[in-house]
Amino acid sequence: MAFELQKLPYAYDALEPYIDAQTMEIHHGKHHAAYTNNLNAALQGTATEGKTIEEILANISAQPVAVRNNGGGFFNHNLFWEVMAPGGAKQPEGDLLKAIDTAFGSYQNFKEAFTKAALTRFGSGWAWLVKQGDGLVISSTPNQDNPLMDLAEVKGIPVLGVDVWEHAYYLKYQNRRPDYVDAFFNVVNWDEVARRFKG
Amino acid sequence: MSFTLPALPYAIDALEPFISAKTLEFHHGKHHQAYVTNLNNLIVGTEFENADLETIIKKAEGGIFNNGAQVFNHTFYFEQFSATPATEPSGALKAAIETTFGSLDAFKEAFNKAAATQFGSGWAWLVKDAAGKLSIVQTSNAGCPVRDGLTPLLTCDVWEHAYYLDKQNLRPAYIADFWKVLDWKVVEGRL
Repeated sequence: MAFELQKLPYAYDALEPYIDAQTMEIHHGKHHAAYTNNLNAALQGTATEGKTIEEILANISAQPVAVRNNGGGFFNHNLFWEVMAPGGAKQPEGDLLKAIDTAFGSYQNFKEAFTKAALTRFGSGWAWLVKQGDGLVISSTPNQDNPLMDLAEVKGIPVLGVDVWEHAYYLKYQNRRPDYVDAFFNVVNWDEVARRFKG
Repeated sequence: MSFTLPALPYAIDALEPFISAKTLEFHHGKHHQAYVTNLNNLIVGTEFENADLETIIKKAEGGIFNNGAQVFNHTFYFEQFSATPATEPSGALKAAIETTFGSLDAFKEAFNKAAATQFGSGWAWLVKDAAGKLSIVQTSNAGCPVRDGLTPLLTCDVWEHAYYLDKQNLRPAYIADFWKVLDWKVVEGRL
């Protein structure tokens, strides 16, 4: 069964003014759609066709580079749309907050370390909050790699990710990646991050 | 040594409508400038403090390499455009391209493919090796053929910042317009 581009769980303009509607429309309707179509094309007629995206990512080192790039792009953007929402809790709560305090000392420390990972990723990529066992770590990956891939330096379950490809922010923020990452924290869907952390 | 941002060799709107003034304002005035500033800050107190750019590109790692190579790559990129470009190669370059790739069109097709398929941020290059043979190479992020002992002749920046304001996700449209402002005279001068 072919992978399908999932609908955004909110309107294109729902994340304004932090992430603009034009960016969302192109990011979802063009970039994410292209990853989805290219993934399906790369898998068509292969033994991998029909596996779940998680199964594919867990053995990505055995796959052609087109599956790595587009499978990563397909999964990462699915996660990205879901870990954002208009409104909602402005900070983590409950067990997630406890785990963040344990791992980083405080929410503020976490935010600084996550931001640093996002700003220092040179070129295109992602910064992640990753669940390892009951704990949390921060990592970043190049291009469309992610922590579910067997070849990732830091492996685990991504519970929050920020896209730092320039296409994620260039129309609104141009070269100012720090402003984009700062704005991103205004639209993080902490309920969804907590759901992913609970597993 | 301290590096400075070279001025663009043409007006900021000279490449309109193919590469917009707005894109050049950010690409040259912000991105290229940031690489220069970062490089100058990073080399202080290191073995590269008094090194030239070629040495930095060949020997440095990490942030010093990234910023040093991006200083070179962008200078090299901006220098090759003109509002009144020579639209085809001539002389020895024309002959070398036809020998290597069969024709100018075949070369362009291969170069376009290299530029379009470089995944993520990076560059496509026409290079010459020590024996004088031409080839097309791709580099990711700050990658620069000078590090590999190759002589770059022509490059296309495919970081999204090079085209996103003008073309968004349509990288092939940017590459098609790239040829309309590429000055083959500059490329010939590098052979």
